[in-house]
Amino acid sequence: MSLWYLPGLPLLGALACGLLYLFSLPRRSGGAHGHAEHAHGSGATDHGHADGHGDDHGHGAHAVAPGASNPLFGIFAIGPIACALALAIAFTTRLIGLADGQRVIESAPWHWFDAGSYQIVVSLLLDPLSSTLVLVITGVGSLIFLYALGYMAHDEGRVKFFAYLNLFVAAMLTLVLSSNLLGLFVGWEGVGLCSYLLIGFWHRKGWPAEAGQKAFVVNRIGDACFVLGSFLLLRLFGTLDLSDIGAAVVSVRERPGAAFELALAALLLFGGCCGKSAQFPLFTWLPDAMAGPTPVSALIHAATMVTAGVYLVARLAPLFAASPAVLNVIGVVGALTALIGASTGLVQRDIKRVLAYSTVSQLGYMFIALGCGAFTAAVFHLVTHAFFKALLFLGAGSVIHGMHEEQDMHRMGGLRGPMPRTFVTFLCGAAALSGLPLLSGFFSKDEILAHAWAHGGIGVLTWLIGLAAAAMTAFYTWRMVALTFFGNARYDERAHPAHESPFTMTLPLMVLAVLAVLGGLLGLPPVITHALHVPHVLGDWLAPVFAPALALLHPGGPPPHLSAPIEWALLGLGALVALLFAHAGFHAYANGPELDGRLSAARPAATGFLGEAWKVDASYVRRVVQPIQRLAHLIATACDLGAIDGAVNGAGTLFTRVARASRAWVDGSLKSYSLWVGAGAALLALWWMFV
Amino acid sequence: MPSSSPPLLVVLTCLPLAGALLLLALPSARTALLRLVALAATLATAGVAAIVWRDYGGEASAFEYAVPWFTLPGSGVEVQFKLGLDGLSFLMCVFTAFLMPIVMLSAYGHVGQRVKEFLVWMLVMETGMLGVFLSLDLVLFYFFWEISLVPLYFVLGIWGGERRLYATLKFFLYTLAGSLLMLVAVIWLVYAARTQGRITQASDLSELMAFAPTLPSTTQAWLFFAFAIAFAIKVPLLPFHTWLPDAHTEAPTAGSVVLAGVLLKMGTYGLLRFCIGLFPEPAARFAPLFMALGAIGIAYGALLAMAQNDIKRLIACSSVSHLGYVVLGLFALTDSGVRGGVLQMVNHGISTGLLFLLVGMVYERRHTRALDEFGGIAKAMPVFAVCFTIAVLSSVGLPGLNGFVGEYMILAGSFEASPLWAAVGTSGLVLGAVYLLSATRRLLLGPVLRRENAELGDLNAREIGLLVPLLVLVVWIGVRPADFLARCEPSLNALVERAQAARVNLASASDEARLLALSSEGDLR
Repeated sequence: MSLWYLPGLPLLGALACGLLYLFSLPRRSGGAHGHAEHAHGSGATDHGHADGHGDDHGHGAHAVAPGASNPLFGIFAIGPIACALALAIAFTTRLIGLADGQRVIESAPWHWFDAGSYQIVVSLLLDPLSSTLVLVITGVGSLIFLYALGYMAHDEGRVKFFAYLNLFVAAMLTLVLSSNLLGLFVGWEGVGLCSYLLIGFWHRKGWPAEAGQKAFVVNRIGDACFVLGSFLLLRLFGTLDLSDIGAAVVSVRERPGAAFELALAALLLFGGCCGKSAQFPLFTWLPDAMAGPTPVSALIHAATMVTAGVYLVARLAPLFAASPAVLNVIGVVGALTALIGASTGLVQRDIKRVLAYSTVSQLGYMFIALGCGAFTAAVFHLVTHAFFKALLFLGAGSVIHGMHEEQDMHRMGGLRGPMPRTFVTFLCGAAALSGLPLLSGFFSKDEILAHAWAHGGIGVLTWLIGLAAAAMTAFYTWRMVALTFFGNARYDERAHPAHESPFTMTLPLMVLAVLAVLGGLLGLPPVITHALHVPHVLGDWLAPVFAPALALLHPGGPPPHLSAPIEWALLGLGALVALLFAHAGFHAYANGPELDGRLSAARPAATGFLGEAWKVDASYVRRVVQPIQRLAHLIATACDLGAIDGAVNGAGTLFTRVARASRAWVDGSLKSYSLWVGAGAALLALWWMFV
Repeated sequence: MPSSSPPLLVVLTCLPLAGALLLLALPSARTALLRLVALAATLATAGVAAIVWRDYGGEASAFEYAVPWFTLPGSGVEVQFKLGLDGLSFLMCVFTAFLMPIVMLSAYGHVGQRVKEFLVWMLVMETGMLGVFLSLDLVLFYFFWEISLVPLYFVLGIWGGERRLYATLKFFLYTLAGSLLMLVAVIWLVYAARTQGRITQASDLSELMAFAPTLPSTTQAWLFFAFAIAFAIKVPLLPFHTWLPDAHTEAPTAGSVVLAGVLLKMGTYGLLRFCIGLFPEPAARFAPLFMALGAIGIAYGALLAMAQNDIKRLIACSSVSHLGYVVLGLFALTDSGVRGGVLQMVNHGISTGLLFLLVGMVYERRHTRALDEFGGIAKAMPVFAVCFTIAVLSSVGLPGLNGFVGEYMILAGSFEASPLWAAVGTSGLVLGAVYLLSATRRLLLGPVLRRENAELGDLNAREIGLLVPLLVLVVWIGVRPADFLARCEPSLNALVERAQAARVNLASASDEARLLALSSEGDLR
């Protein structure tokens, strides 16, 4: 069975759902539908929410969902990813059966295009790294698909929704399986497209459409860097085949002048990662992306797509390892992003925005890890983060669903009563995110911080920032738990009683909760593995993939392990910080959100600064967006219509004037014509005589 | 194969003209019959083009057909009626024949008056365009070039929008200025070939390919620029582009589609075959100038598009940007750049053709093109929304669709020649997303704020039917570009080789000059 089935099945699912949707649309030839709309409302203007999620409950009875009543819909929607998950497990089992160091399965090639000086041949390639990602995508993806069936059950466009979601999975699998950088780029932009479509899924509200556009455009800035980086790679390597590049890095670096171009290429590719993985300075699209339905936030904007940048750096680890300066940049950017994200999360009121900034910050951790060459730690955190952040988003979605579309935590409170299953599972996710001891997030975050400490130099700086961000993370996480599930209900319990979500939604929560709690077993720290004689599962699995990069990074053999006492000390410090700040965050808000009001009254500037993510976005609007708009306007008016067209029209006018003026000479009288002829002849005669 | 027994290309070129003559014989009142005949003529032409598509195998000159035409008085230059196909013309020729039935079908929706004249002009235009791509004789080329100009003049002037007279005049004067320059160059070159080169068939392109590079550098440069300006106006290349937004905005949909799909490509095709093909040395010498104009044009056109409120004008400005890519790629004079440029000619025809068709369909329903009149029409027109989105994504260069392959090859190819201009051109990836997505948002998305927009009817079967072939091409080219490009490669490789050799000669000549200067300095000491 070919690997092409992995992205192929979801692609077919997307096509099937899309066609089902299009062919089930009501016939609108006579405009009957339009009249029906007018009959029940105050004209067309209030249709902004007509099939927006907000009104679904009220209009559920007569909301027609094209295609959803077709019995095939369920199969088209969720069948492909279930099959892809089964395939992924089968392929990974086959991979495990292969000898250590030879774990590669490759598909038939797709000869995409031949540009003469280079050829683009893409095949799909499963190795331990991509299989890890494939399992996360299809595994967590399947759970989220199941959840989405429940979450979107009342939405008019749910068939279209599943078309987009399937297309996303297809693109994401292409991204992680591709053997060629440009094939990867197909997935890379494909997931961006789906992100755009899904963020704007409820575009009739207005702002989701703008959020989607912003996401696409900001990502395109990163993608332009990506493309430029690929040109440099073509110049250096003559190919975009990922394994060929990895293998040739050492020899290429020896060429005179190549080191700088290698570093520049790596830096440009990292620019692409900044877009896709929401790192400073391109992180501003991700919080706005929360305009999409919550399953989208869980799948795309937490668990999978936004980690694509981490995957890219890990996949091209040898290239990045060859440029330590770029690794340092990556580490610093990651640390800065972790700090901005975590500090902004402290003061958000919208539960999804807390999680969004939390995601920005956690992605920062992954880049801290990459920056100090701890590729395994980055992938480890990617996996555990996929578990607990998907869980938290889905939990938040369950809360929002149960609260009738309320997202403001100040208007929640006490939900542990009406929503017990959501509450318990959310606690597991929160504990994992805040790094409470022995949960998955604890181990993966600790591994990153330990590596940063051991890296020395700039690593110590990133360690320090990482620790500070961890403290904030624990604080905002438990603030969120307290505001949502504890204290008194701050909403109208009688008018809109909160309710627990259906089983299709809580089942995925429970499975993810188990994974969030136990996920740490994949990568126990060395002191524990040594003491208990158990392996670092993920580390051993990925070791062959990262060996060449690590050999480049540490030419003198592997770096010394931290001594056991220091490691225990770092573990203890991490646990202490997490517990302390989790406790503080919980108790500050256990009885309600009053502290927020007092803080913003006492320190309006600081809370405003944090609330708007250090005002980065506002400064972009002022310093980038508006000047470009003014430039565009200037070009259209002054330059194009004024200068160029002015010249053209001016030339036209000139000819007209000359013509008018000369009309006086052409007066139609024989006398003046013969005068002109005579004068001309005289001039010619003079010319012949004297020249 | 000289004079293949059924002269396929002659049939291809003359079929539309035959259709036009048949139309003239029919009564103008029977519009249904007229439309049917015109459609049949374009379909028959497309059928012949399908044979060309099937049988062409990448030869340097296929289906060649030549007969003596007339002798230029006084000089003894024997002009031939010589048609032939190679890798430079293959795609555009087939694409033109493929596009015309779609254009004819689209005209059902918006051309209701003076139908007969309209159809006749469109068919004459098709003959002109095919002739331009297939001529292997310089005078014959010029003849077809002018033939294709006249019909658009009438299409624009009679069936255009409110400001059609201004637009028509502007288009005509711009193009005429270019054509006159070219005419001077053609005459000069042909007479030089006759007198200096002692060539009887002095306007034969293969003869000129050998003769033109033997001229003195300065002469070549003059001729090169005379051709280049004519073609640059047609492309249009910055700063000769201001006729295009006006022409596109005022033209009827069918006119806009042909203009974007084929007529502009006559400019880029001319740059490729005549400027680069006949004059490789000045082409290599002035390539940086054209790359710069192309790259700046990409950003300039995109910024221009960002400032528009008229959707048709916006797409017209996007054409300036997209054709900047083509020029950037062609003048990179690298394999990647030229192949990308040739593919992008077709790609732009598809994506922009689609956009003009779609905008035309909305215009027929809503009678406005102002973006701020729209918003949220995806609700009333879901099928339209899907088609429009795909067209936008194709235009924005999404990998997996047609635009990406061309753009990537162009930018990668120009990066080999000049990283600076490639980087400037890459800004188009971002700016293109800005104006296209915000147009999409303002047209399709958001709340429905006007009652008219809630009552729009979705696309009918005819409209869907004429969009689908183009949408299929969007995906086909995106996934398997080799089906289209592989047969062009031999001709393009030869062209690039010539230009590269000229570039090397130039470099060594300037090195020699430097050496000479150095040695003479040494002598002085």
